[in-house]
Amino acid sequence: MFTVIEYAPLLGRGALVTISVAVLSLVLATGLGVLGAAAKLSKRGLWRSVGMGYTTIVRGIPDLVLILLIYFGGQRLVNDIGSTLGFDYIEVSKFWAGVISIGFIYGAYLSETFRGAYLTVPRGQAEAAQALGMKTIATLWKVLVPQILRFALPGYSNVWMVLVKSTAVVSVIGLSDLVGLADKAGKSTRQQFWFYLAVLLAYLFITIISEHLLKRLDKRVNRGIPA
Amino acid sequence: MNIALPLKHWDLFAWGVLTTLELTALALVVGFLISLPCALSLNRASKLNPLIQGYVYLFRGTPLLVQTYIIYYGLAQFDFIRDSWSWVILKEAWWCALIAFSLNSGAYQAEILRGAIQTTPRGEIEGGKALGLSMRQITWLCVLPSSLRRALPQYGNEVVFMLHGSVVASVITIQDILGAGRTLNGKYYVAYEGFLTAAVLYMTITFILVRIFRQVEKHYLRHLVRSPDAVKVPAVPGLPQVT
Repeated sequence: MFTVIEYAPLLGRGALVTISVAVLSLVLATGLGVLGAAAKLSKRGLWRSVGMGYTTIVRGIPDLVLILLIYFGGQRLVNDIGSTLGFDYIEVSKFWAGVISIGFIYGAYLSETFRGAYLTVPRGQAEAAQALGMKTIATLWKVLVPQILRFALPGYSNVWMVLVKSTAVVSVIGLSDLVGLADKAGKSTRQQFWFYLAVLLAYLFITIISEHLLKRLDKRVNRGIPA
Repeated sequence: MNIALPLKHWDLFAWGVLTTLELTALALVVGFLISLPCALSLNRASKLNPLIQGYVYLFRGTPLLVQTYIIYYGLAQFDFIRDSWSWVILKEAWWCALIAFSLNSGAYQAEILRGAIQTTPRGEIEGGKALGLSMRQITWLCVLPSSLRRALPQYGNEVVFMLHGSVVASVITIQDILGAGRTLNGKYYVAYEGFLTAAVLYMTITFILVRIFRQVEKHYLRHLVRSPDAVKVPAVPGLPQVT
């Protein structure tokens, strides 16, 4: 039990990797979510089917399968292309494979969140802005986006909470994140239970902190709205 | 991509599908049995509630992978567990996965059911009272059937979520769908074949499940269409509501 405390700096480094993966994936997912939502709301049927296809495929495949596919499949693909171009063996980064996979998965969920939020904003808001002579960009930034943020926040928060827990599976491709390091340390010291318990508590801690911050953010974006 | 490989080893994947479905279904059933008393207790004043809330919060706030590890690898650390009768069960990866998945699903289902019970329209309970039903009868004849129907879309989500969560089993050596894919990849030293086959199989099962739930919802939620209590059914399965 006390061995875990000796290993605290190591676990701290792991936690940092976990949080980096989570935050970077969220950034990527947000970008993909915006693109996905734009595609789904597009007037062109082709874009709409691309957007729908993205969500449908991602929602059908478990996260770990996609991570393994992107890491091992990507490794092979990169080297197949590399060898025809005459490069030596290229190592695909585990860290980025994890970030890209998780970002890709949750981008699909966020696209649905953003699309819903956009549709919740009453049409009259955009029409009123146009009637005032505002340009399209100004309408989007000054009238629609602030309201979309407000409507999207509950869904966005939920995606973040699920995404954080999803980062645990990147340890399966051998990344030294919180779970990966605790796994190694636990096996070498034969103290697995205490190490996994520490990981469990660390995730719980991240959950509690996120919940608290998101509640405050929710208050902020809803300021001025009578409850 | 060599399509012949997975076709040649179709039995490997068939067993994988069976294992995945078996684990998922059992975990959902056991999870439901856990969630029922929890949800009922959470909807009235009970001294056990802090304990139940702690359980629900712990299992919803941490990754399923770590929960499975702690039961499979973690508990094996203690000699008193290895020496006890429970070791017969706890040394088997399959049982450990089932225990972890059931506890996890139980927590999610408890939250789903608690929410549904809480939003039961007052009139339904008053109707039961007016008919002279006892509190227990109202719970079993009015509140639960009504709550379970209204929670159908969330249950559909939970089923898909559990199916996807069950891939964790392959990490602790169980030959589920993903396990079959990894075995194939390891055997022939290939990168795509096993994982792509697994992905296609998971996707197929997901869509079949979504289809089934759509039909069941159509049947059981018919009375709610156009009513103020209408349940909004999402077009595609989403994430479980955590916040």
